[in-house]
Formats: sequence, structure tokens, C-alpha cells
Amino acid sequence: MSTNRRLKAVLLAISALVLVFVYLPLAVVFVNSFSISPTFTWPPPGWTLQWWRLAFHSAGARDALLTSVEVALCATAIALVLGTLAGLALRRTRFFGRNVVSLLIILPIALPGIVTGIALNNAFRTMLGVDLGFVTIVIAHATFCIVTVFNNMQARLQRIGPSLEQASADLGAGPFRTFALVTFPMLRSALLAGALLAFGLSFDEIVVTTFTAGPQVQTLPLWIFQNLFRPNQAPVVNVVAAVLVLTSAIPIYFAQRLSGDSVNATAAP
Amino acid sequence: MTKHTRVHRVLGAVLGAAALALVAGCGSSSSSGTTSAGGFTPPDVPMQQKMGAMEGQVNILAWPGYAEDGSTDPKIDWVTPFEQQTGCQANVKYFATSDEAVNLMKSGGYDVVSASGDASLRLIASGDVAPVNTALIKDYDQIEPFLKDRAWNSVNGQMYGVPHGWGANLLMYNTDVVKPAPTSWGAVFTDAAQHKGKVTAYDSPIYIADAALYLMKTQPDLGIKNPYALDQKQLDAAVSLLKDQRQNISEYWSDFNKTVTAFKSGSSVLGTTWKIIQQTAAGEGAPVKAVLPSEGATGWSDTWMISSKAENPNCAYAWMSYITEPKPQSEVAQYFGEAPANGQACSLTGAQFCKDYHTTDKAFADQIWYWTTPISHCLDGRTDVQCTDYGQWTQAWTEIKG
Amino acid sequence: MTDTEQSLAPARASALGRFEGLRTFVLLVPPMAWLGVAYLTALGALFVTSFWSQDDFTGQIVRVFTLENYQTIWDVSVYHTITFRTIGLAALVTVVDAMLAFPIAFYMAKMATPRGRRLMVISVLMPLWASYLVKAYAWRGMFSENGVIDWLGQPFGISSPGYGLTATAVTLAYLWLPYMILPIFAGLERVPDSLFEASNDLGAGSLTTLRRVVLPMAFPAVVAGSIFTFSLSLGDYIAVQIVGGPTQLLGNVIYANVGSANNLPFAAALSTIPAAVMLVYLAVVRRSGALDNL
Repeated sequence: MSTNRRLKAVLLAISALVLVFVYLPLAVVFVNSFSISPTFTWPPPGWTLQWWRLAFHSAGARDALLTSVEVALCATAIALVLGTLAGLALRRTRFFGRNVVSLLIILPIALPGIVTGIALNNAFRTMLGVDLGFVTIVIAHATFCIVTVFNNMQARLQRIGPSLEQASADLGAGPFRTFALVTFPMLRSALLAGALLAFGLSFDEIVVTTFTAGPQVQTLPLWIFQNLFRPNQAPVVNVVAAVLVLTSAIPIYFAQRLSGDSVNATAAP
Repeated sequence: MTKHTRVHRVLGAVLGAAALALVAGCGSSSSSGTTSAGGFTPPDVPMQQKMGAMEGQVNILAWPGYAEDGSTDPKIDWVTPFEQQTGCQANVKYFATSDEAVNLMKSGGYDVVSASGDASLRLIASGDVAPVNTALIKDYDQIEPFLKDRAWNSVNGQMYGVPHGWGANLLMYNTDVVKPAPTSWGAVFTDAAQHKGKVTAYDSPIYIADAALYLMKTQPDLGIKNPYALDQKQLDAAVSLLKDQRQNISEYWSDFNKTVTAFKSGSSVLGTTWKIIQQTAAGEGAPVKAVLPSEGATGWSDTWMISSKAENPNCAYAWMSYITEPKPQSEVAQYFGEAPANGQACSLTGAQFCKDYHTTDKAFADQIWYWTTPISHCLDGRTDVQCTDYGQWTQAWTEIKG
Repeated sequence: MTDTEQSLAPARASALGRFEGLRTFVLLVPPMAWLGVAYLTALGALFVTSFWSQDDFTGQIVRVFTLENYQTIWDVSVYHTITFRTIGLAALVTVVDAMLAFPIAFYMAKMATPRGRRLMVISVLMPLWASYLVKAYAWRGMFSENGVIDWLGQPFGISSPGYGLTATAVTLAYLWLPYMILPIFAGLERVPDSLFEASNDLGAGSLTTLRRVVLPMAFPAVVAGSIFTFSLSLGDYIAVQIVGGPTQLLGNVIYANVGSANNLPFAAALSTIPAAVMLVYLAVVRRSGALDNL
């Protein structure tokens, strides 16, 4: 784009301010994780590394982290399968109910979490009579993660167009073979991007999780919720959050590299 | 017979009749209770007859501060000795209000719960808790007699729980800002405007009883005899008082860490509290004191109850036995700031502590208006009016908060 | 949405290749079954529950059709106040986020170097991994008396507004900002650079180009982002409890009724409000093509 220097400078300044806004609370969290005050008085009256030490030894945090990762992996796997199927259906076939299907897929994430949460809670406990536990969380998370995969799939399928697949079919390959050898390799990075976003969504989800988690299952957000209440555990939570943010740079960076085309990595929240 | 004993007999009878009708409406999964004129029959839940092998773990639902395992403060730990003694791994979940406790018990997965009086009868009537075989509780005979067979923890002489401890809701204030020291609940009601925007109150419909208690003492012509037995007119008066208070509220609290930080930072300077909150905040360096105002107070009398669907009943009984032994009782009582149910704990806490908390003082204990679920059969014995029930209090609470 | 896709040319021997309807069916059944069973049925059951009532006496749900829950919502004015307050707040948060997100998204999409772009994308995405709760609590500390805002604002005489609606709006806007930046960024990236050059060639200054070329093209993306900010704000009950002081939003009332009086029928009736608002919103924005931009 032919640049107007001044516009560029203004936008850069605003962007910088926005980024400051975004990182200010995170900086506060980081600083507080070294603060000697467990109730986060500001400015910190003293410095200590004890919270970091406690965090690394915290079995509760480790277990919760593991559970969250497990839940997110399972939910992402399910969402990948279902989202891909739906994406293929909508972009590779003529289908008159497309809008309805789109709407249905978006619904779990468009409706407020508390509505989804109490609906699923009611369904599990009262209608089906099952106990809440690991599986119920996975089901709930997968339901609203489908949309992230679906959107990435749709966008990518639309972009690459059907011509390669048609060529493959002309050359005699059946639909499965075409998918495996032609379509899938082209979709890989979109799938990865969608999977990463689904993982992130599931990892930090608290509202629906509160309503669908059994008492023994504690994902990281639930652990954080529990411990933000307890006077001497709250700073440990800050440490965990700080670590998460810093380490998240790695998978995000890889997602960027592998997707090559940044649109697909960021096409859906 | 003292007035209080008679009041409590009447209360007990009325509660019994109310619960009878309550159960008559129940007819859910447990067998329906019989509705004979004289007695009250809660759902038929079997009582454990003897102890079996420990299951290796127990799921505890507790008020924050009741089951400390050293994670808050390594020196505050009575759960680890329990785990070592019995081999039962304790998984503790905290709740912030009695409503949460009732809801969580319904969803299942917990073996024991520390229920206040406004939760216990609901749990008994819905069949979520089982009668307790007090013979299996080690130091049951050391528990103060005035806590046993009360209206909120027993039915027809059958105990449904083991008393844990009791205490009053206090008034906490910032000594630097609130001068002179308040002596009346008027400080948070009629005089609340002096500290506009810095008053706190407990975030639960049961707090309406606190307003009713204040009105009971300051507006006797309203005719309130029991802050949990309010007819529509009395409820409206309490709601009006609370709506006025709302203008001065900084936050309604249910999570006590929030209150501690609020008092520490100065966002709140005055409000209802539990002793543990005042002690924690003072420990953090906040200039706060707590006082029992002249009108008296609402309070709680907590009971450990065992779930009817407990997966670890033996460990559950082991916990209930353990937590009512003198040493753990003294530790909880001092940490939380309440009167322990086991009078023998006094020898471990020191005589002054027991005096301060009136541990063996039945007369004092009877002055506290313990959290009780309001029901439409008036708890003060009136039969000419219908009292408002908890559902109406919940609606009113939403309107108060606005 | 126009249908420009062609179906795969029928392959030879397989039925799936030959019958497009079958292929669509097979592809769609698993996801639709999942969503239909897991989700729609649950929603439907909740909706049905809103027509039942809870017996205050026993706490059991009485499965008799009644409109009393909706009647209460209609009659009692506090629910109207709360509803309008919530919708207003959600709208405000959406507008603020759109205004904050657009410049940075535009810069990222059109003006940054590829490396700079990647860096900015990463820095926008990283905060998503700090827990929502931790961020809300950080804002609680910042808004408190003598907190960070008071501390920063002291030399300027600005003091923290304390806990309340303002704090809630700021916190929610903060929490959902990445969800607004990303779709706008993706949408702007799709706008070909040649359009800007063409506009320039035709004599439009940068601002005019922005206003008359870029904004209309980015609009669907903005709307797509707004779906998230609006919906997330509409149902939020956690952040408002942390920074909102005594403020009540729809989410709080729904949550209180599920947990408190265990009055699921009433909570279900209340939850039809945000659900209905979102459905209307989705229907309205469908035309703008936002759903393609999610």
C-alpha cells in the first residue's frame, strides 16, 4: 500500500498504546508474583522468590495443568474430526441448508457460556443421569471448539478451490484417495491453526467447565478459581499465569511458521 | 423452663411440622415420607451401623478454613495428621454460601459437608444426607449437650450430623477510618451514609435476616419475633432497609479473600464479617477490629453431615470422628474464630479463648439467631399469617441488589 | 452467500463418488449428530424447563406447564433494569473494542513488515493464554484503592473509579480485545493492496481511502468480532463479580438462580433473554456476511 507516512506513524503510535494497554495488567501480574504481600498491595512492599518456589513444587497446579492439557487434547481431536467433516460438506458439496448448518455450528460459541453451561449441566445430570466428570467436560469443550476448526477449514477450502481435487478425480482417484493424497496435505496447516485455537479455547475455559466438571476433575482454570480465594495461594496463581503467558510464545510462534500464511492462523479466535 | 428453652421447643415443634409438610411434597427418588399428624418422617435413608475398612480417600465439602491442610500456611494443618492416622486422602472443596453447598451436595460426589443451619434441613428433607450413627463418633459424648438434638441437625431425636462449632456474624471496621468504634448494626444500616461506597454485606439472601434482626430491636411495632419468620409486610420493611443500604455498598462479599483485600486496600471500611476474616486481614496488617453489636447477631451453628450417596462412608465417619476430637477442634476454633463444639478443646485453647467465645455458655449460644432456612410456615409459631420463604427471599435479594 | 463451488466430478466406481447427496450426508451426519444430540437437545430441554416451576417448599421441580417464570420477568422491574444494563454494557464494550482493535489490526495487516507482523500477531495472541481469571483479578488490584491506577494517576490527579460499572466495562473490553483484533486482522489481510493503490490513483487521500474503501470492506470482519465481544459480555458473571462491586448483570442473576434457590426453571427462563438477543443479533448480521469472517 502506498504509505502515507503520517498515517503510518499515527497508527503505529495507537498500536503501541494498545499493546501497552494489553500488557500492563500482565506486567502487574508478573511483578506481583515477586511481591512479598499475598494480598497484592501496591506498590509491592518487598520482594521474594518464595511464590515461584512454591509454584514449582505445587502438586495441585501440576495436576490441574495435566488435566487441562488432556481435556484440551481430547476436545481438539474431536473438534478436528467433526469440524473437518462439516467444512468439507459445506465447501465441497452443493447443499441448500448451508446457512442453517453454519448457524448451528456457531451457536455453541455465540450463545453466552452460562446458557451453554446450564443447558449441558441439566442435560447430563437430570436428563441422562450421568455423573459429571472428565468425559462431560470433553464433550462440552468439543462442542464449542468445532467452530474454530470449521472456520479455518472453510476458509482454506474456499481459497484453494476444487480444481486440484477435480483433476485428481479425473485421473481416476476415488474420493477417499483424493482426500488423503490431494486435499489433506493442502489443509494441514489450516488444521493445525484450527487445532491450536481450539486447544487455546479449551485450555482457558472456565464458565462452561464450572458446570460440567465433576468434583474430582480440576482443570487449570478451576484450580485457579479455587486458589484465587485462598490468601496464601493467590500469588502462586500469579506465577502460574506468568509462566503460561511466557511459554505460550513457543506454540504460537510455531503455529505462525507452519501456517505460513498468517490469515489462517488467526482466522478465528 | 427458661424462655429460651420454651422458644426452642416451640421452634422445634414448628420446624418439625414444617419439615413434615415439606417431605410430604417430596416424593422424588427416595421413598415418600408418611404424613402422620404427630411425627415428622424424613426420607428413608439408611444409617451406617458399623465401621468398615477405610476406602483410602474422602471428599470433603467445607467452609473455607474448616479443613486446612497446610497449603494456606504450613503451620495451619490438621488434615495431614488425619490422612496419616487413617490413610484417607482428603480432597477438600470450599464453598462460599450455604446455597452453593446445597447445590453441590445435590450434584453428588462429596462424602461429608459442613452444613450451616440454613442448609442442613434442606439437605435432610431432600434425602441428600443420611442419619448419623453417633455411636461411631469417637468423642461424641464430649460435645456440648446444647448443640445436640437441635432443630437444625436432628429429626425426632435422630441426629443427622455431628456439631462442629458455632459463632456469630460480627461487625468489622477499619479503626483508622471509623471513629468512634461502632457498637450497633446501625453503623451499616441507618448510619451507613457516613461511609458511602465503603460498606460491605454478605452476598446471600440469608442476609435479609440481619436487616430483620436490626428492625426487630429498633422497630418493635413491626412485630418481628424471629428474623427468619417474616411475613410479607415485615419482609418489605427489611427489603426497604437493605435497598437504602445498597446506596452505600462497595461490594457484597461471599469470597472472603476478596473481603480481606478490600479491607486491606481500604475499598471497604465497615461491614459484616466472620472472625477469621478479621484475623486474616489484621494478620496482613490491615487496621481492623471486629465487634458483636448490641442488638445481637445472626450466626451459624455448623454440623458435619454425611452424604446419603457417599462413596467413602468409612473415611467419612473417620473424618467426622477426627474433626470433633479436642485437638483438631481447638485448632479449627482458633483459626476460624468460633466456639468449638467439643468442650474439652478448652483445655488446649486456654481458658481465655473459651471464655471469649462462650464455648460452654448455653445462654449466650441461645442468643444468636443461627442461619435457618425461612419457610412459609412461620418459624415463630404464628399461624394467622403466611411467612415468606427462601424463594421469595432470593427474589427480594435480586431486587435489593438492583 | 452465493454458491460458486462445484461438486467433485463423480469418480468411477464408488457410491460416495457418484452420489453427491450421499457424500454430503455422510460428511454431515457426525457433526450434526453431535451438535444436535449434545447441544440442541440440551438447549431444548432447558427451554422446556423454563415452563416448569420450582416448588418453593420442597425444592423439587414441578413439571406442570406454567408461564409464571416469564410472568415474573415481565412484571418485576429489576429484571428489565438488569437486562438493559447488560445489553448496554455489551454494546459499549463492543464499540470500545472495535475502536481499539481497528488501528492495530490495520497496521498489522497492511503496514507492518512481514517480520513485524508476525511479532505483533504473537504479542496479540500471547495474552490469551494468561488465564481469564488472573487477568480479571489483576484489574481488581489495579482498580482498588491505592492500586496501580491510583498510583499511576496520582501525578495527574486521576483516581481510580473503584469497583463498579466503569471498572467492569474496562475489564471486559480488555479481556475480549484479542477476539476483536484477530477477525479484523484476518479480514483486512484479505483486502488486496491494489485497492488502496487504485483509490490513491483516483485522488483519494489516506483518510478518505480508509473511510470509503477500507472500512466497508472490513465491516463484516468487525461484525464477526463483535459477535464474540457481545456474546461474551452478555453472559459474563465472573469478571463483574471481581471488579463490578455490587453491580448485577444478567449472568449473575442466572448464576444465582441456578446455584442459590436451585431454581432452574427461573434461571432457564432468564437465560432465554441473552439467547434470544444473540439469535436476533446473528440473524441481523448474517446479511452482512460476517459469518464468513469468523
